[in-house]
Amino acid sequence: MHIFSPPSMSLRFVPVWRRNLLVWRKLAVPSILGNLADPLIYVLGLGYGLGSMLPEVGGVPYIAFLAAGMVCSSTMNSATFEAMYSAFSRMHVQHTWDAIMNAPVDLDDVVLAELAWAASKSVLSGVAILAVVWLLGLSGSVLSLWVIALLPLIGLTFGALALAVTAMARSYDFFMYYFTLLVTPMNLLCGVFFPVEQLPAAFQAVAAFLPLTHAVAIARPLLLGQIPPDAVLHALVLLAYAAAGFYAATVLFRRRLLK
Amino acid sequence: MAVLAARNLRKSYGGAEVVAGVSFAIAPGECFGLLGPNGAGKTTTLRLCLGLTDPDHGSIELMQRPVPGEARPARARVGVVPQMDNLDPDFTVGENLLVYGRYFGLSEGAIRARIPQLLDFAGLSARAASQIQTLSGGMKRRLTLARALINDPDLIFMDEPTTGLDPQARHLIWERLKQLLAGGKTIVLTTHFMEEAERLCARLAIMDRGRIITEGSPRELILRHIEPHVVEAHGDGVMDWSDREAGKLASRLEKSGETVFCYAADPAPLLSSLANQGELRYLHRPANLEDVFLKLTGRELRD
Repeated sequence: MHIFSPPSMSLRFVPVWRRNLLVWRKLAVPSILGNLADPLIYVLGLGYGLGSMLPEVGGVPYIAFLAAGMVCSSTMNSATFEAMYSAFSRMHVQHTWDAIMNAPVDLDDVVLAELAWAASKSVLSGVAILAVVWLLGLSGSVLSLWVIALLPLIGLTFGALALAVTAMARSYDFFMYYFTLLVTPMNLLCGVFFPVEQLPAAFQAVAAFLPLTHAVAIARPLLLGQIPPDAVLHALVLLAYAAAGFYAATVLFRRRLLK
Repeated sequence: MAVLAARNLRKSYGGAEVVAGVSFAIAPGECFGLLGPNGAGKTTTLRLCLGLTDPDHGSIELMQRPVPGEARPARARVGVVPQMDNLDPDFTVGENLLVYGRYFGLSEGAIRARIPQLLDFAGLSARAASQIQTLSGGMKRRLTLARALINDPDLIFMDEPTTGLDPQARHLIWERLKQLLAGGKTIVLTTHFMEEAERLCARLAIMDRGRIITEGSPRELILRHIEPHVVEAHGDGVMDWSDREAGKLASRLEKSGETVFCYAADPAPLLSSLANQGELRYLHRPANLEDVFLKLTGRELRD
């Protein structure tokens, strides 16, 4: 196999995905609560606190505006953490990947499993926030159900990008670069807390390239009961990031582990 | 028909040739030992054989399949006990076996039916529900061995299976390996415990600097490479004695720190000379594999 050949996609990833699911099941309740607490505090704190001082944002109360941002951002964060810290632990600290690759499972299968798992876990986080959004009455539209279909795409996109970072990491400290250079800017520039249009033109141009912008651009109208304009285009951008990230991750992991 | 055949394997990392032309063939039911100091290329050779890395040159056939081309289906018939413990710390003993069996595409029922046998073999029947962190080093090794057997492999690779174990745990592992050999399994073992190699392996290859420098049964290697008797002497004045007397009486001398190793076909003259050296302490023993190993690979430290 050449290092640059396309990832081999096979169902052999399933047992590896199930391994991660079994670990998660042991800690499911604290894991869900942990994933929920952070975005919930943002929604409530900023939504009610900051929102009470603001007029409507984008034609809706601030907390309803913020809801879509938090659903996308926490899905992104969940996929990112899983594909960086947890995958790195399995690969580098516990040598779980080495054990798996002694069985008839290839590195490509393991990478695919990690991506699928990061996406799965992030969907659970996204759905949990979505449920809170519904319970708080922040979105009453049937269209908001479509966000559930968007979540796996968000998870795949950010899971794939994070895996590419993991493939280059020598220690956990390395992940700080990705957070500082990409995750934090995305949280602040991509329309999570305020409309991208509020930013100076240069920042808007940067935001247009960042994947989270495109996730929010689909999720927000849906939660507010509108059909998102250019949804297919935004989805294609996310898909392109997911594909590029997955390919880069596969190549980088091969270079690192099959040498 | 060999279960594993390697021909002229070569592998370099950053200009340094770690495996520099290694060839061997392993017959079914054999226990083949790959010995060598740290950095000799043993682990890289194993990785090449498993298809975990591609050779720069040479060919490999594992279970009659070309590797790396068909490494994955070949590995379905192989078990691996890695040098480093990589049991799943999040799982119990039983879950470790169950989850590992799934990687081989085995059915849930087939794995669950096999687990009690494997736990029994590993002496862990009472520990099926234990967390990995609560196991001793020896138990972890036995579980790793049981895990490597989940697919009922024909060939088992063991990379330093008893490193870090106490003598009790080591003897138990040896006992189990003999049981596997008696059951018709083939074993490829890397080790730097000569005693382990002498006990278990019908055939050995000693590797150094990426090459196999000698190959044969433990007995053959001792006969071929070394004098049958060794007298080790140490104590005040041993170097004087060695320069004055031992040089004439032994066919070969090796000095290591404050000890002189005298190799001889006939030890009697050495022993009578030593009997007159009150301040020297000495040990007379038959030559063993470690003597061969040290003669061929040298006494200096390897990192």
